[in-house]
Amino acid sequence: MTAPRIKNKALRRFLRNPGTVVGSVLTILLVLVALLAPVIAGDPLLQNLPERLRPPSGQHLLGTDQLGRDVWARVVHGSRISLRIGLTVTGIALVLGGLVGLLAGILGGLVDEIAMRITDIFFAFPALILAMAIAGALGPSLVNLMIAVAAVSWPYYARLIRAQVLSLKALDFVDASRALGAGRWRQAMRHVLPNALTPLLVQASFDVGGAILTAAGLGFIGFGAQPPTPEWGAVVSETRSFIIEAPWASSAPAIAILLTVLAFNLLGDGLRDVLDPRGRRRG
Amino acid sequence: MLGFLLRRLGSLVFVVWGVGLATFFISQVVPTDPAAAALGNNARPAQIAAYREKRGLDKPAWQQYLLYMQALAKGDLGKSLRTQRPILNDLKDFFPATFELTLGAMLFALLFGIPAGILAAVKQDRPLDLGVRTLALIGGATPVYWLAILALLLFHSKLGWLPGPGRLDAFLLAPPRVTGILTLDALLAGDWEVLVDALRHLLLPAAVLGAFSTALVARMVRSAMLEVLSQDFVRTAKAKGLPESTVVLKHALRNAALPVLTVLGSLLGGLLTGAVLTETIFSWPGLGSYATASATALDFPAVMGVTLIAGLAYSVINLLVDVMYAVFDPRIAYS
Repeated sequence: MTAPRIKNKALRRFLRNPGTVVGSVLTILLVLVALLAPVIAGDPLLQNLPERLRPPSGQHLLGTDQLGRDVWARVVHGSRISLRIGLTVTGIALVLGGLVGLLAGILGGLVDEIAMRITDIFFAFPALILAMAIAGALGPSLVNLMIAVAAVSWPYYARLIRAQVLSLKALDFVDASRALGAGRWRQAMRHVLPNALTPLLVQASFDVGGAILTAAGLGFIGFGAQPPTPEWGAVVSETRSFIIEAPWASSAPAIAILLTVLAFNLLGDGLRDVLDPRGRRRG
Repeated sequence: MLGFLLRRLGSLVFVVWGVGLATFFISQVVPTDPAAAALGNNARPAQIAAYREKRGLDKPAWQQYLLYMQALAKGDLGKSLRTQRPILNDLKDFFPATFELTLGAMLFALLFGIPAGILAAVKQDRPLDLGVRTLALIGGATPVYWLAILALLLFHSKLGWLPGPGRLDAFLLAPPRVTGILTLDALLAGDWEVLVDALRHLLLPAAVLGAFSTALVARMVRSAMLEVLSQDFVRTAKAKGLPESTVVLKHALRNAALPVLTVLGSLLGGLLTGAVLTETIFSWPGLGSYATASATALDFPAVMGVTLIAGLAYSVINLLVDVMYAVFDPRIAYS
């Protein structure tokens, strides 16, 4: 018996790659877990000291932590925080960077020069250290954490979309629309932007994972959500001294980070193959 | 070539200025009053006012900026609120440890990443290739601090093969400080016992920190090699009967090295970032530990100092990589 033939070429390419399928399934599962958190897990903050550091069991799927809290509940509720961080940060960076890049690419000249030199300066900082400085300056909180990570992410998009705009500007069909009398902005919105969106989306899907990883790192050293919020990085940090008695307590959130980042990276790989055959690498 | 160098140097000066401006800007938006933070909770209003005047904190922002840049030009980064020492001295003390760790991690990444990438490319789509690719994917998604905790648990606590956190055993005397790089100082002093111990202490954090970069290098080498291996001159070399190892190592690798060189700069940036987290776990007395401790103590001038130095180091490294790239690839136009 043969499997039903998939007509859609892009979808077929997407499904042919096992990595992409794993990435999509993981992403869907993650979103489901985040959406259903209150249904599938108990209270992540409920302490039960007599039950502290219990190994995984039927009652506590992933055991309990040093305060007797259910690790499964903390990890499941943490997925909401991490997803929110990943999507918000990438959204801000995409819009801000995209706008700057679009302006720089279309207006050119002095605007372009200034915008690109500003991105140079941002690229000069190692991301985590700059994010740490910003989060430290604003004070540790979830919102400030997101601002800090977005602040170090947007320049990539500015560069990316600018390069796209410049290469598209030279193409014939954009020339043709200019000859037909389209203004700069009409050109940008009708012709350049839609064509530049693809690499932007591919990059964004990688960045959701990257932002989650960076944010968890900041959370780990204490610059993100404050206890008792079950942010994954912070949870790894607060349970790490119990790694010998209760390895599940810090491993579960760490593995959750790993799987989430992996999912978005695989998804990015797959999207690139499908949407952007020109940018295909053999990696 | 000279014009290219001058232009790159010019942009470096600009970026350095921008880095200073950015740190100043961040320090302006700090909600806490730096004078109150410096003097503590018990300071009287008159003391705070005096401090503000002395440090120029009562002046408008642009004047403060000029003062800040003047001080920077003299290498004065201010005083740490936590250690009460000039920040520049603190940085001098902590930088070599980070340098040593980062370099160790880089070596680890190249030592394992390059052969892994070559093997994966030569055996494309075979189990070995799939293994390398899977490991690279997982390596790229693993939180470095968790890897550090696991590595310590396994190699130190369980197996006892390697020493725990720190740079040197407590009962060993550190060699006289020349460079601050412990292995180098031990070598200079001819102290073999210290050298071996320092290397043993370095191995685990360097491997953990380098894991992510190893994954990156392996992926880069693999795709660069695949690109080169499919080209005509490689086929010619094979056709004229050269052994496969010669073709791969001499013809292909040399040409694949260039794209790898371009990622060295961003690799180091990633290592600096990872160092912050790795140092925290391994109690490694480097810039990362210093930055984390300073930030936790709300010692903002010190955090800005680290940010500034990290930005500087990163820019200089990227300049070096660019120049190296231009030197090695004659196709790059300098003008």
